[in-house]
Formats: sequence, C-alpha cells, structure tokens
Amino acid sequence: MGSLTIKNLNKSFGKVEVIRNANLEIEDGEFVVFVGPSGCGKSTLLRLIAGLEEVTSGDIHIDGQSVVRTAAADRGVAMVFQSYALYPHMSVRENLTFGLENIRMKKDEIDRRVDHVAKLLQIDPLLERKPRQLSGGQRQRVAIGRAITRDPKIFLFDEPLSNLDAELRVRMRLEISKLHDHLGNTMIYVTHDQIEAMTMADRIVVLRAGVIEQVGAPLDLYNRPCNKFVAGFIGSPRMNFIQSRIVSLTNTEFGLESGGLGTLTLQREGRDLQVGQEVSFGVRPEHLELVEETLGSWSLTVDVIEQHGSNTYLHCGLPGQHQSGELLLHLPGQSAQRQGDSLFLRPIQEHWHIFDMNEQRVQPEGNLT
Amino acid sequence: MNAASRLNDKLVRFLWSVASLPARGMEPVMAGLQRALGVGRLPWVFLLPNLTIIAMFSALPVLINILYSITGSDNLYPGDRHFVGLSNYETLLSCESYLDPSTCSRDLFWRAVRNTLVFVPIQVTVMVAFALGTALALNRKIRARGFFRGIFFFPVMLSPVVVAMTWVWLLQRDGALNGMIGAIGFDRVSWLTDSARAFKWSIFVTVWAHMGFYMIILLAGLQSIPADIYEAAKMDRATPWRVFRRITLPLLKPVLLVVFILAVIRSVQTFDEIYILTGGGPGSATKLIVHYIYETGFAVMPRNYGLAAAASLLLGLVLFIFTAIQMRLSKGGRND
Amino acid sequence: MTEANRRLTTAASPAWAFMARKHGGTRADWTDWVTYGYLLLGTAVMLVPVLWVVISSFKSEGNLTQFPPTLWPEAIESLEVKGYNRPLPLFKVTREDGSVVTLAQVRRVGIEAQMVVPEHPEAGLVVVPVERTQAIRKFYIATENYTKLLDSAGGQIWSSIYNSVFIALVATLITLVMNSMAAFALSKYRFAGSNFALLAILATLMVPPTVVLVPIYLIVSELGLVNNLWGVILPVISTPTGVFLLRQYMLTIPDELLEAARMDHASEWRIFWRVVLPLSTPALAVVGIFSIMSRWNEFLLPLIVLNKPEVYTLQIALAGYTDENGIVYGMLLAMTTLTALPLALVFIFLQRYITTGIASTGIK
Repeated sequence: MGSLTIKNLNKSFGKVEVIRNANLEIEDGEFVVFVGPSGCGKSTLLRLIAGLEEVTSGDIHIDGQSVVRTAAADRGVAMVFQSYALYPHMSVRENLTFGLENIRMKKDEIDRRVDHVAKLLQIDPLLERKPRQLSGGQRQRVAIGRAITRDPKIFLFDEPLSNLDAELRVRMRLEISKLHDHLGNTMIYVTHDQIEAMTMADRIVVLRAGVIEQVGAPLDLYNRPCNKFVAGFIGSPRMNFIQSRIVSLTNTEFGLESGGLGTLTLQREGRDLQVGQEVSFGVRPEHLELVEETLGSWSLTVDVIEQHGSNTYLHCGLPGQHQSGELLLHLPGQSAQRQGDSLFLRPIQEHWHIFDMNEQRVQPEGNLT
Repeated sequence: MNAASRLNDKLVRFLWSVASLPARGMEPVMAGLQRALGVGRLPWVFLLPNLTIIAMFSALPVLINILYSITGSDNLYPGDRHFVGLSNYETLLSCESYLDPSTCSRDLFWRAVRNTLVFVPIQVTVMVAFALGTALALNRKIRARGFFRGIFFFPVMLSPVVVAMTWVWLLQRDGALNGMIGAIGFDRVSWLTDSARAFKWSIFVTVWAHMGFYMIILLAGLQSIPADIYEAAKMDRATPWRVFRRITLPLLKPVLLVVFILAVIRSVQTFDEIYILTGGGPGSATKLIVHYIYETGFAVMPRNYGLAAAASLLLGLVLFIFTAIQMRLSKGGRND
Repeated sequence: MTEANRRLTTAASPAWAFMARKHGGTRADWTDWVTYGYLLLGTAVMLVPVLWVVISSFKSEGNLTQFPPTLWPEAIESLEVKGYNRPLPLFKVTREDGSVVTLAQVRRVGIEAQMVVPEHPEAGLVVVPVERTQAIRKFYIATENYTKLLDSAGGQIWSSIYNSVFIALVATLITLVMNSMAAFALSKYRFAGSNFALLAILATLMVPPTVVLVPIYLIVSELGLVNNLWGVILPVISTPTGVFLLRQYMLTIPDELLEAARMDHASEWRIFWRVVLPLSTPALAVVGIFSIMSRWNEFLLPLIVLNKPEVYTLQIALAGYTDENGIVYGMLLAMTTLTALPLALVFIFLQRYITTGIASTGIK
C-alpha cells in the first residue's frame, strides 16, 4: 500500500558518516516530515528512500519488500525536487508525459492521467507552456503533477517550498495538506522550517547530524521533547534555557537555583534528581506568567519590547556575571510594560522541563507533561 | 514569442525529429548495454567512439612514427623496413657548425629549422602586438564596435588557400600593389621572388590571416577587467600610457600568456599559406619545418619516411613542451 | 588643445560632432582620433585585398592582363564592323594635327596599330603608332568567368564542391554526436578512470596531425581509404576542444534533471538524447560551426590523402587550378571567390556564436 520501514540504515560519503543507524516505521497514508538544521542528513535520508543514493549498510522496505537493490524508478516512489527539476525544453504536458512514455504506457491512459492531474492542480491552461513561462508556484504544481501521474505508493518532497516567497509558501502549505487529504498516499516531506513541520505533519522525524533524535506527532514533540535539541528546535520562538542547579530535594518538591535569578521551589513529580546536580531548565516564552512580587519568583528587568500587535515579546536580561543571554517572555495582546521596568515571573505549572548534563530530558513520572 | 523565433523553434524541432530517428534505433542497443554493464560502466560505452579514433589516429601514429624514425629504407610498411637505430636522428642533427646550414648533412632540414626559428618569434610578436592593439582599440567606447570586430576577425574564416591566392594576386609583378606604387611613380618590385621580401611577406600574410583569432581572445580578456578600475584610475589622473602599463597589462597577463603560447604552437606548424604563397621559395628561403617534413615524406623521390618521422618527432617534442606549459598556465588560473 | 577641439567639434559639421561624442563626454580625446584612425586603416588593410579579389574575378581576361590594373572591371568598347567577323575594339586616336577621332583596331603589330574607320571600313587600314591610341573603356562585368567555371572541365568543379560539402557536413555531424557522447560521459558521471579518459582526449592536442603525417597516411591506406573522402573525415573527427567545450557546458546542466529523468524510467541513452543534448544546443552550435569551418578550409590532410582529381576538395582544386591552356586568371579568381563564399556567409549570419566560442576557449 505504501508503508515504509527503515532498519539500521547507515550512509557514509567516503569517511564522513552522514546517516547513523536510522530506524523508522511509517504507515500507509501518513504524512511524515523530516526536519532538522542544515546538514543534518534529512535530504540524504529522503534520497536513500528514493534510491538516488546507495545505502552503505542497512535495509529499506516498502510494503514489506526490500528495495535497497531496486532502481529508483522501480521502487514505486515519486519525487518532487527542491528546484522542481522540470525539463526546460519541454512543454508542461511533455514534462508530465515523459515518464509515462518511457514505460510505454498506452496513449489514452497517458492522456487520461494528464487531464486528471491538470484539473486537480488547476494547471490545465498551462499545459502547452514551457517552464520558463510559469511562475514559481505554477512550476511547483507541475512538479507535483508529474509525481502524481506516476501513481506512486509514496510521495517524496525535498524542501519543495523553500524557493517560494513567504506568502506563497503559506498558501502552498495548505494546498499540499489538502492534496494529502484528497489522495491519501503516504507522503514524506523534508524541510528545515519547523513551522511547516508542525502544521503539516501527522508525525515529525527530527534529525541532527545524521541521527534521528525523536519521532512523534507534532504536539508530542512540542510538549514532551526528549532532549534539549528537540526542545529548542521545535516551537517558535525558541524555548528559554537557563543554567541551574538543584539545591534542595524532597519527595514532592525540589529547589532550583538559577544563578542571579534566585531559587524557585517546584513540583518534583517523580523526577530522578540529585542535590547539587547541574541541570538546564527549559521553559517556553509563552509558559512564563507575571506574578506579584512574592518569594518564589524571578526578578528581571525589561531590555527590549517587541509589539507584534496581537502579542508582545519582552526580552529581559538575565542578571549575574555567569549568566549570559536573555529570557524571552511572551504575553498576549499589547502589554503596557516599558523598557527598564521590573518584572516578576514564574514558570507555569507543568509546562517546564529539566534537562540533565547529557541534554536528555529528565522525565516526570508517567511522562504526563 | 515573435514569428521568427516560432519558426526557428519549428525548424529545430523538425531537425531534431529527423536526427532522432537513428537515435531511437540505437536506444534498444544502448539500453541493453546498460542492463548488461550497469550504469557504472556505461560511460565507457559513450566514450568508446572518441577513444577508438584517438587510439587509431593519434596514439598509434606516434608509435608508428617512432618506429619509422628508427628504421630505414623508402618503404611505407614498417614490416619491410630495417632497423637502423638512431642513425636517422644522427643524420638530421649532424652539422659541422650549427650556425651554417650548408655544413650540415641535411642542410635543407637545418635551413627549415633556421627559417622557423626566425619566423616564429617575429611572426608571433607582430601578430600578438597587433591583436592586442586592435583589442585595446575595440575595448573603448566606440560606435560600430561589432562591425569593426567582424572586419578584423573576418580573414580567420578564409581558408589558407584563399588567403594565399588573394595575396599572390596582389603581390605578383603585375598585381595591384605594384600598380599602386607605380601610380605614385615608383618602379615595380618583385615582392615574392626576392628572398628577404618573400620572407617578410610570409610573416605579413600569416599575421593578416590569423590576428583576428587572438584579438577575440584578448578582447574577452580585456572586457573581463571591471570598468570601475579604469574610472578609479581616471580619478587618480593617470595618463593613458600609465593606465596601460600599470593596470591593463598586469591584469591581462594570464590571458596574454595563453595567447602567446597558442600563437607559438600554431606558428611553428605554419605550412598551408606559405606553401601556396611562395612554395617555400625562392629556393628554400621561406621553407619552414612542416614543409620540410611534407616534402621529405610526400614529395621527394625516393621518399625518406625515416627522416620525415625523425623530424616530426623532434617537432612534436618542441610542441609538447609548449603545450605542457600552456596547460600548466591555464590550470593555474582555473578553478575546477 | 581642448578649447580648440571643442570649437572644432561643435562648430564643424554634424559628422564630426557624431564622431567626437562617444568617449563618455562631449570632447574628443586625441586617443579617440588615434583609435578611429587605426581602426579605419585596419579595415582597409583587412577588406581591400579580399574585395580586390572579388572585383578582379569579374574582369575579363584582357582586362586582367593589363598593367597597371584598372580599379573597376572594364572592357574595351567594341563595335561590329562590316567585313570583319568579330567585333573590333574602339580606340580614341590622336592624329598629328591634334584632333581626336574614334577608330576600330584590327590588329596590333609591335608598336603600330592597324585601324579602320568604323563607318567606312572599306576605306582601308590606317596605321597609327600605339602611343597615340587610347582604348575606350566601359564598365563591364565578366560573368563569363563564373559561368565558364561552373560549366567547365566536365563538371569538375562541381565534384570538388560536392566533396568539400560532403566532408564538411558528414564530419561535422559525426563529430557532434561523438564529442557530445564523450562530453556527456565525462561531465555527468563519476567513474574510475574518468580523469584518465579526459587527459587522454586533451593529450591529443599535443599531437597535431602535421606531426604524424606519414603514419596517418599509412593507416589510412591500410584501411583502404586513400582517395576516399572517409580517409579525410575519420582522422580528425575527434576534436579535444570540442569535447572540452561541450563538457564545460554540460556541467552547468543541473544533475537533478537527470535524477528526475531516471525516476521517470528513462534509460541513460534516452537521458542523453532527450534531456542533455537538447539543453546543450548553444554549445553544439559553436562546436558545429567551428567544425564546418575547419573542415571546409582543410588543406594538408586532403592534399596527402586525395590524389585523384575526382576526389579533390575545393581547396585542393583551387590550389592546383590550371586549365588545359595554363592558368586562366579570371576563372581562378572566380573559383577563389566561390571557395571563400560559403564561410563568409556563415560568418555574417553566425558571427556571435563564433566569437563567443573562441573567447571561451581562450579563457579556459
């Protein structure tokens, strides 16, 4: 149908390891997004699935059959390239039919498919034009159309929206999602933009330096990142990380000292902690609340205020010599703070994370939050 | 898309569909080879025609030449020739005094060598100087630059035969040049039957015929120098000569070097124009090295393939050195 | 100097102002005058010899043997005179008394010309010293040079033309296909030995045909191709600069296109023929034009390989052109013009390709 399994996949270019021991299961019909910073290997992983690169070791199964030794054209996948890779000297129609002619499909079947796709993607008025006469968005649709005509099991998208301007990108995101609803095929989508990942994916695969860091539904990754990297990568603006130390510990609570910010008492919730342990405290800008000046809050000064109209972002400097950087606070609406004001903040209950010195998240019991 | 480009498009499509017929025929063959050999080894199939021709008509001849040069007799077939070691080379290179060709056992060879050694530096220098001058002139903001560029390049398109015929017609005793100087009161001159004059005219004619080619290369080199450098020089109140010497010339050096080497390589092999212009004469005044090789191998009876081959290999060695220098120079300036 | 120049350029005719206006300002610099002077002189030097050949090719034989040569093609006026079976040339004759009269010349003997009065030939011959005669000339284009050339010698010139065209076209076609195949392999594939192959091809630049004349003749004759046009076509059909140019161009074709085509089930040959080649047309045009140029103009190799008149190319025929009666200059010049014509036309229409092609080989 369109299920994909990756087992112990490794890929090296010469001595450089680009994909390390990747394991992944994708079910038929899922929309999976590979996301990560530049150079993390997401495109390489996609190309390995497509068959455009050869694996160094490991296996790839499509619908239970191993495809590592199958040619790219015969794997039942279709690729939409980042630069669309439309044949510049052929008309749109010829671009769509080229692949079908190569497998000697009957002419009426070819025409049927082309007409169907043209109507679906609204490119029928463009069929006789050449790619250079089309806008970026139109070329993209032709590239997608070419993939659809091949009736593949799995669609592979390699950063398809990165060449479009911001407004067009938003529109095309929606169109691709709708297309997925309509066609129902498995789609694997590569991007460096975590907003695309969050909004389009059924499941997200986060990669860093060739390693799959975490796989899960968007909100899972948002709420329960398994390490500091995923926590910082997913969610915009970025999570705040504050170097801290566990100064006291009971069964239910612990004391967190964060340098010049002072000490907070927080719910332990079954976490495995030790006194004196150095940790990184992570809390998103939108998960800090303003409180009255009482004990058990952080005191900060407002450095810069960004009014976005519907939100306000307050950049607050972290006091103390050994604390560099800032704390970012998000408030809904148009808040009245001014530069230089003093603020008292507290992280919202159950919406913060502790990361140990290996950058792994210290899980609360039951991993509820 | 206007009508002309639509027509052009249709024409190209038509030509393409005609040319595609044999290609389509080839396709099953090539697809089969692809299956058999795999994509990794398929490139060699694409390279095969080229490499075959190279092996047969470039590599093999060199080997045969070497064979000829170390064998004697006037037989064409290497199998019928007998081994003589390096005696062909000895014959060619033996001279009592290298400065006087008449003391050499093969004086014609040495005359040809000497002629070539005089011809090449003069011809190349004159030609590159004019090419540079013309390129400089064309690089300025002048009107009708395309027209002038075409005019100076135009003789390059003429075949050596046409070039030689043109100048023979102009330079002969009853030709236009004598007619013109006659009109201003001078006597007719035999331009091509006097050794020194024939030599000078050989240089002139070959410069005339080939200068345009190098001019185009130099012009491209000049145009790659950004205009704002010249503007800065103007603000610095530099005189034209100073601009040329201190800015243009240094920035043009790499291209100029390549042009020099290309010109030398071609100049050493000059044959066609001079063969028809003067026939190598008068006597052997304008006989250059390739003419000697041609004569020894194809005109003189009995044919002396051994000597011709030995002379060619020596020439080839000289050319090899120059070509190697040229490759070294152009690799140095290129990012691959 | 500049004041004077300004007054000169603006006060004088518009032509001066036009010429003076280009150097980025309204003043004419002395360097501009030198530049234009040089260019105009150069134009004359480049064009005049060729134009002279073309003009001369339209001169009749008599006109051609004249010295000093006339500028324009001319012929002597002639007139049908009763009693003589060919038209007689007309001369202006100055008599002793100074009057000038028109006479028709019957023949010339030494320094004396025997003339008749055209209207009254029966009056007898008048003998006049040659120095007092002056031919009456008119403008006359001797198209018979061309017509005789194209009819003559049992159509031999047509066979030379055919041979040259055959060689130029067939060689170019094969060169284009072969070279683009090699360039494709060397630009779009990474395989062991690709560097060696590239070097081998470039190395042939160091083996110019002039250096291996005799062995090439041996090989050609072993293949049975002496006096065969293929003996001229094959030896230089693989041009390293052609491969190089095509390879450089093909490197700019994005690899993604080939990947997309592979995913479209296209075989490598199909990819070559239907994706890469069509996208390489600019480079193919340059290589094609250069190939036609060099094949049409080729001299030494055909000279060695083609020894029978029926396989001569136009260049060989031109170089050895004699009629049964010796060199007939009129037809020789006409043949020269015809030989140069095709490439001149190619040049006029395709100059852009040629100059960009040369510029890029230099910058390599």
